[in-house]
Amino acid sequence: MTAHLVITVILVPIGVSILLLFCNEVMRRLVCHMAAVTIFCCACLIAYSTGDSRELVEIALSGWEAPLGIRLYLDGLSALLLLTTAVIAVCITVYADAYFGKKGRRGRLAFFWPLWFLVWAALNALFVSGDAFNLYVTLEIINLAAVAMVALPRSSRSLQAALNYLVIAFLGSLSYLFGVAILYTAHGTLDLQLLAEVAGGDGPFILAAVLIFLGLIIKTALFPLHFWLPPAHASAPTPVSALLSGLVVTASAYMIFRLGFTVFASLMHTQLSLLLGVLGGLAVLWGSLHAFLQERVKMVVAYSTVAQLGYVFLALPVVMVNAELAAMVWYGVLYFVICHASAKAAAFLAAGTLIHVLKHDRIAQLPGAAQKWPMVFMAFGMAGVNLIGLPPSGGFIGKWLMLQAMIGAGQWLLVVILVTGSLLAAGYIFRVLGIALQTTEADLPVVPAPPQLTVMAMVLALLPLLLGVFSQLPFSLLAVGSPFGALP
Amino acid sequence: MSILDFWLPLIVPLISMVVGIIIFFLREEQRLLRTFLNLSGAVVKVILVHLMVLGVYQNRFYEFRLPMFGDVDFVLHADPLSLLFAALSSVLWLVTTIYAIAYLEDSPNRSRFFGFFSFCVSATTGIALAGNLITFIIWYELLTLSTYPLVIHQGSAHALRAGRTYLAYTLFGGALILVAFVWLNSLAGPVAFVERGSLAHIVDQNELQLQLIFFLLVAGLGVKAAMVPFHGWLPSAMVAPAPVSALLHAVAVVKAGAFGLVRVVYDLYGLELCAYLEVMPLLAMLAAVTIIYGSVRALFQDDLKRRLAFSTVSQVSYIALGISILGPIATTGGIVHLVHQGLMKITLFFCAGNYAEKHHIHQVSEMDGIGRKMPWTTLSFSLAAFGMIGVPPMAGFISKWYLGSGFIEVGQPWIVLVLVASSVLNGAYFLPILYRAWFGKAAESDALPISWRFNEIHVGLLWPPLITCLLALLAGLFAGSVASPLFWAEVITTREYGL
Repeated sequence: MTAHLVITVILVPIGVSILLLFCNEVMRRLVCHMAAVTIFCCACLIAYSTGDSRELVEIALSGWEAPLGIRLYLDGLSALLLLTTAVIAVCITVYADAYFGKKGRRGRLAFFWPLWFLVWAALNALFVSGDAFNLYVTLEIINLAAVAMVALPRSSRSLQAALNYLVIAFLGSLSYLFGVAILYTAHGTLDLQLLAEVAGGDGPFILAAVLIFLGLIIKTALFPLHFWLPPAHASAPTPVSALLSGLVVTASAYMIFRLGFTVFASLMHTQLSLLLGVLGGLAVLWGSLHAFLQERVKMVVAYSTVAQLGYVFLALPVVMVNAELAAMVWYGVLYFVICHASAKAAAFLAAGTLIHVLKHDRIAQLPGAAQKWPMVFMAFGMAGVNLIGLPPSGGFIGKWLMLQAMIGAGQWLLVVILVTGSLLAAGYIFRVLGIALQTTEADLPVVPAPPQLTVMAMVLALLPLLLGVFSQLPFSLLAVGSPFGALP
Repeated sequence: MSILDFWLPLIVPLISMVVGIIIFFLREEQRLLRTFLNLSGAVVKVILVHLMVLGVYQNRFYEFRLPMFGDVDFVLHADPLSLLFAALSSVLWLVTTIYAIAYLEDSPNRSRFFGFFSFCVSATTGIALAGNLITFIIWYELLTLSTYPLVIHQGSAHALRAGRTYLAYTLFGGALILVAFVWLNSLAGPVAFVERGSLAHIVDQNELQLQLIFFLLVAGLGVKAAMVPFHGWLPSAMVAPAPVSALLHAVAVVKAGAFGLVRVVYDLYGLELCAYLEVMPLLAMLAAVTIIYGSVRALFQDDLKRRLAFSTVSQVSYIALGISILGPIATTGGIVHLVHQGLMKITLFFCAGNYAEKHHIHQVSEMDGIGRKMPWTTLSFSLAAFGMIGVPPMAGFISKWYLGSGFIEVGQPWIVLVLVASSVLNGAYFLPILYRAWFGKAAESDALPISWRFNEIHVGLLWPPLITCLLALLAGLFAGSVASPLFWAEVITTREYGL
């Protein structure tokens, strides 16, 4: 049953993506919304049945078993990510429909929809792939579709950003692909579980690891390879920004953890994790500082992504120092990433709503805006609570676990970086809010914010707060098939 | 009944949060509905808190528990100390709500104001009822978040600057507490607040760490309790509307810090451990310095609200001083001051708000003869000020009496000097105000006879200070009765010391 659902959440969006090319406007809206709801329901069922049966699901496509065939592999983490993706994607679907309005139903912008479902399909496939090459394929689809989406407005700025993004994404993919090729030559299989059993610390293995991690680091925009992210994420149309910053980077962060704690688990106890940790720390500080200096709301949010992705790596040195704390890092970071996905999407949707009503998102001209569109800033603020890592939010729980691991391992420098990063995040979030809350004489346009836009931003901003309070269920789901068992 | 015992600690903070959420979605002009929600929420909350007070008095046990992640739970429970604070905040919230509704009658953004106002009180009760570290910090940070929009309510550049200062201080303090709590968690597993402390089992080999954590906590909580050198935000936060200042000073923010200190000393570390680690002299020194410093600074402020703010800096540290002595009588004095200072200080701020609202008087030097124009307000102000100085039979006298006898009991008479010096300074900065107000010569009102009819100001602004002032008077007069804060403080002390 679960296996069928997994196939469904991959095949339905692919089918819809193709179908949408041949639909007229009315049909297109109908198909989009119905498909979104269907996938959402399937994802809910998958999460429910996984949490209920507490069993892993392995699917050998067409009956081909590993090492020959391609296996799909569903554990609690995959199920939770499928569900998170579905929630965020449904919100973005509804938002995009209202955001693009009539323009989005005809002409160039209409290509958003097939691309959008293609990305969704690839994301779902990525989260259930149990095979290194399959991960490559899905990642590549995501990137190609994402580049096309960034280029959609066809302004010179967006084309430039798309081109940068394309080149860097290809470099990343190439590096990853080389790594995969080396692994295959050395071990004759790409199945993650088999690799984890057979792969050892010899030369080709280390080279493969370096190449694969390099590729993923580029895609996760780890400092100093982050320069492409803010322009690409900020200049894309808002629904695309939310998709990129919310889901696409989550996918590569997920891959780092999936591969890092299965196939390359032995390398996590070496200097590699120290290096990643240092870069993560720099990313946190650098990204937060730059977020603070930006002049546009979307750029603030985009630089915040650079900073927040730094936390994915920041806690890794703990694993090197004290392997017993790896479970805490694993749970903390993954929970953090999941909540960040929702909060970041919410922040972008709120910023996009501002653009929709104000026609710009320059911070200096925001005074008075909070009085006019209070719910937009409420959503931004609630997303900000998670980005800062204040309770009650899932980001807080993630940071709590990371801190506990860092303190347990005696890594005080990491503690200082984490706390500083959080305070800087408070700085850039409250800078925007503070200016918007200022009263002003100037006239702002009296356009009400479309309810669909505000409500979707609000829903996504609320989600991490709920995850912060009701964390028992997601944690018990994460424990299904976790390499470390349940959280102690 | 056991179902209610489980849910009640959650319902109490949740009422005001739900009220707040509904108010956010009301339109500005839905005034009647908003007022109804505000008042009914406040009244229900007062009733429920006092139901729990009665229950705990009869040894009933209230605890709400929601598993979070790993072995960490979200716990709200009611013990005498938490109920003391919850009762104070729920009663004063009711009074302040009445005051705020009248005060903000025609100002903009009232939905936003009352929404966050409710959140703020929700967070305060949450802090009171929090049963372990993570629950405490969740509410503690929520308090920071919900007070920020209140501080900057005016939206002027000046207010925003004050808001930034406020956030910078409190978020920094919050970060220190977070690190300290996570550190404790990694040493001792999930730590609950239990009477007489819950850390005794990890003392071996962790002494230094526990001392460091204690200092982190004192610094972190000291920010909200406005202890020197972390007091800078309090005077600048004076830019907030009067009801907010009143709430901030009397119940919400500074009290959350002081209450947190009481919790850490008695229910986290516990008396024996505090004595063993020898950390208390530092807290006592810090408190003593703050008391003197705040009083001295208050002397030189002409702005009435700023003078009151520095007075708060000084007075709140009485609580810290009382608990840091580790003697039962001083502890009773410190804990009861949590309530007494709240009642008196909120009265003073209500009165200051009335002066500003009715006659635009913001400076002490403008207060000449105001007593003739606003006799009832000035009478409340005077009584509360006498209470602050420690004149019997006001509540402040009781606190100071217990603190003083407590210091002598444990043989630390030098602290009595601090108390005396501070009382003299209290007199030095309050009495001139009273003199000006009652006997100062104001040009036009000189000849006017004092009119003791209750029409000096809007009734919603007049009664709150009168009520809180009366409560402060009653708390002093009937300190020996069962319903008094003093009795309750003695119950707490008895339990903490196992007497």
